[in-house]
Amino acid sequence: MTKIFQSEWMSHLVDALLPVFATLAALIIGAIMLLVLGVNPIDAYAALWDGAFGSSNAFAETLVKATPLLLVALGICISFRGDVINIGGEGQMIIGAILATWVGLNFTDLPGWLVITIAMLAGFFGGAVWGGIPGFLKAYFNVNEILSTVMMNAIAVQLMNFLLRGPMIDPAQAEAASQIPQTARLLDAFRLARLMPPTRLHFGAVIAVVLAGLVYILLWRTTLGYRIRAVGQNPHASRYAGIQVSRYMVLALLLSGAFAGLAGAVQVYGVNYRMITDGSASGFTGSAGFNGIVAALFGGLHPIWSIPASILFGALLVGANKMQRIVQVPSALIIALNGLVVVFVVSSEILRKQRQRKRLAVAKRDDELPPSGDKQIQQAEAGS
Amino acid sequence: MISDLFSVTVLVGILASGIRLSTPYLYAAIGETFGQKSGVLNLGVEGQMLLGSFAAFYVALTTGNLWLGLLTAIIVGALMGLAMAYVTVNLHAQQGISGIGFYLFGLGMSDLLFQKLMGTVETVKGFPEIHIPFLSDIPGIGKIFFSQNILVYLAYLLVPVAWFVLNKTTLGLKIRSVGENPDAADSLGVSVARVRYFTIILGGILSGVAGASMSIALLNVFQQNMTSGLGFIAVALVYFGAWRPIGVLGGALLFSLINSLQLWIQVLSIPIPSDLAVMMPYVVTILVLVATVSRVRAPSALTKPFERGD
Repeated sequence: MTKIFQSEWMSHLVDALLPVFATLAALIIGAIMLLVLGVNPIDAYAALWDGAFGSSNAFAETLVKATPLLLVALGICISFRGDVINIGGEGQMIIGAILATWVGLNFTDLPGWLVITIAMLAGFFGGAVWGGIPGFLKAYFNVNEILSTVMMNAIAVQLMNFLLRGPMIDPAQAEAASQIPQTARLLDAFRLARLMPPTRLHFGAVIAVVLAGLVYILLWRTTLGYRIRAVGQNPHASRYAGIQVSRYMVLALLLSGAFAGLAGAVQVYGVNYRMITDGSASGFTGSAGFNGIVAALFGGLHPIWSIPASILFGALLVGANKMQRIVQVPSALIIALNGLVVVFVVSSEILRKQRQRKRLAVAKRDDELPPSGDKQIQQAEAGS
Repeated sequence: MISDLFSVTVLVGILASGIRLSTPYLYAAIGETFGQKSGVLNLGVEGQMLLGSFAAFYVALTTGNLWLGLLTAIIVGALMGLAMAYVTVNLHAQQGISGIGFYLFGLGMSDLLFQKLMGTVETVKGFPEIHIPFLSDIPGIGKIFFSQNILVYLAYLLVPVAWFVLNKTTLGLKIRSVGENPDAADSLGVSVARVRYFTIILGGILSGVAGASMSIALLNVFQQNMTSGLGFIAVALVYFGAWRPIGVLGGALLFSLINSLQLWIQVLSIPIPSDLAVMMPYVVTILVLVATVSRVRAPSALTKPFERGD
């Protein structure tokens, strides 16, 4: 009996560690690539580690980078659990940031805490609209959400470029010859509080962690969350159970977008204090809309596990800059490795499923055994 | 001034560059059509294009041989396709997400290689225009259709070829049956895995060529993230075109013509915000998807891994 118990326990542990193995595999491939490039991988990874965790400032930067990743990842947990795929994090971040910035630039008479609150809500709302539209189109017009969210990304970028070059341009830039496409700076009173001066770690990190707890409660302790997950696992059964499937699809994408929109607002109020565009989405988002997906997958689509996952990927991204400086390996290496992590994590799902099936088969076989004294213990264990 | 747009020279210019710019969309989207027809959504097109684009450019730059560059892009695309096929067919990975992984890999890898091997933006002399005798002398039409480079002609040739293969050959029948009802296809002795390997690798090759067409035929430079979302559009065009090569062609032309119009608007410095012009094809695509998707059905097994029942 203990043997079965142990192997099952081991098997669950292996499942939980699969993402770690996936990352190790990606890092090993990275090491081979570094060798090919003529760089000592140990030096490179040491620089990476040092850049991410080597000093309190480095660690603070890691957390600053992790904050938008976590917020996007929380949204991804909701939408992927509801079996809707949200690739639109980039656009949702941008729209959230635009609305939040607009609030900060237009309500300059109000007290700081109030403006920040309204701005965060505006970011949440903007992202919700930008995610809600693809959700609506999927639920009621059967438009594939992967495509519509990608389109919405492109539309958001152009909207940002248009606004920052025209209606929302910094008045100083509008008069200057340089015409840098950026908004005016927010008032100092509107900045999210710094937690550990002189580092840039800001209150947004706290918001993100608190929301991770709330998203956990939402998904596993409320009817709404239960229904989103039910629709994700089996839409047909959910429909028979009387759940309005299309409504929950819209809701899953809407909430997912809202968190990305908040991430955009937090970036503006916590880090940049203005919006500026280089013409591309990643110029503003730093690709957090995509990397948040990586973090969420790595965290097993669980909001709490997404916290360490976001820190890990924040660390990789921050450390990559140091690696670039010390051993002259472009930080793009880390983007490539992130891609491999995603591929490995989704590929390793099959191992988890296979073992799950084996566990079920073992449980079934044991059920068919003639009753014995051990049987009750077994059942007790299976039920636990 | 807006009226400048309506001179014959400018209109011919817009149409000619529109035809030219549709090339990468066509290669990538036709490749994706094959994949989706067989039930596989490859969302990694953008990554395959970027790597193909870099490979073609770098080889062309260092050897001076454009065809060798194109061949390298084909090989790189095929390898990416092979990896994608293994992950989706053998490991049953969720296709939308693994595609994002391959996209990030291609994005990072092409940037890394670019910075390590080149460092600065350089140019190559790309495939030259081929003036088709007599036809290219027709006023207007000649410039638009018959004075393009070889990759443009091949892209347009690909459309009827893809239609023929998909609809009139046994191979096409196998592809479609695997995408519609893999169980039935399997029971009739069609190897679902082999067909999907074929379509995904073909898709990778065509994405590689799509990338190459940008770096050694249209723009003749390589830059970081130079496709900037074009690969994702190509995936959307397959839906847009309702899984038919001719529909894909229509979508590709819509995008490339609006892009070309917007470029000319900038060249002529007409006071229309170009950002809003660039936005239009995306809005139109969403509207077209709304209008058509409810009437056109996707391949039934799209994104579903095949597993033989016991």
